[in-house]
Amino acid sequence: MTSTNLRYEVIRIYKQLLHLGRDYPLGYAYFRPRLHKAFSAKADLTDENEIRRGIEQAEFVKKEIEALYYLKRYRALRQRYDKTT
Amino acid sequence: MSGLRILVPVKRVIDYAIKPRVNKAGTAVETNGVKHSMNPFDELSIEQAVRLREAKVPVEDILVFSAGPTKSQETIRTAMAMGADRGIHVVEEKIELEPLGVAKLLKQVVEKENRNLVILGKQSIDDDAGQTGQMLAGLLGWPQATQASKVTIEGEQCTVTREVDGGVETLKAKLPMIITTDLRLNEPRYASLPNIMKAKKKPLEKKTLADYDVDVSKRMKTVKVIEPPPRQGGGKVDDVDGMISKLKELGAI
Repeated sequence: MTSTNLRYEVIRIYKQLLHLGRDYPLGYAYFRPRLHKAFSAKADLTDENEIRRGIEQAEFVKKEIEALYYLKRYRALRQRYDKTT
Repeated sequence: MSGLRILVPVKRVIDYAIKPRVNKAGTAVETNGVKHSMNPFDELSIEQAVRLREAKVPVEDILVFSAGPTKSQETIRTAMAMGADRGIHVVEEKIELEPLGVAKLLKQVVEKENRNLVILGKQSIDDDAGQTGQMLAGLLGWPQATQASKVTIEGEQCTVTREVDGGVETLKAKLPMIITTDLRLNEPRYASLPNIMKAKKKPLEKKTLADYDVDVSKRMKTVKVIEPPPRQGGGKVDDVDGMISKLKELGAI
């Protein structure tokens, strides 16, 4: 039972990351295969705790990417509009 | 005390990461087939509205407004995914609205929807006019705090901090009021996939300019749009003598 729930959780975070990847600076074509590789590298995990750890790691990466986007935009705008300070 | 009824106008602009190109006729920036997204300064205003709610300030509702082509709907949806409650979209495909027209339009929205706080981006990154907020404040006769870097609201009292030359300035005013956002106000959240899905269920009203009694006719005419001249590349000198002669040529020594 729990394994199917975990399965959905993994798919959910995978979809969220894919969505994030659309805006990736190096392009979706760069992002997608790498994301796929990272997930398929852990496809054979069976231990519940290990899978949970994998999901946590994915959540961490998601936060990192969001922060990357924010910083990239902030820096670009700061350079354009805030040069005097 | 009644809660805050916030209006956040947003604009769909060419994405900040895209290098704008001038169209062939030299009359405007090419927008066809170019990636668009929400004006970054408007993201700051939505984030601020949502943060006010999260800081337990009584916020009744957050209304997003946009006027422009059908695709502006996506921008409104993004705003709703970030936490706004509902949206109004004034569909206008042909006329490029000017700040005064938008301000007049917003005035009517404020009156019809009974708003008491308007948070706008200080400027849009396409026209860089930076006028709409101020004009709206003038039309409504409300106090305004432009380019806010910190906003706190206690009861009817708004305290806004703004960055000015050599320090910060703190303004206090009573509601209703107009606030425009500066870059360092907050860190806008990312509209996540689950939230975008949820935002699809939030109410979005479609209207046209005919629903509002405004004169949005053009007052300005764009004469010409040209790209900045390309940067002149540097040159290499072979030796010290070469450098000195180059410097003399430039009149530096």
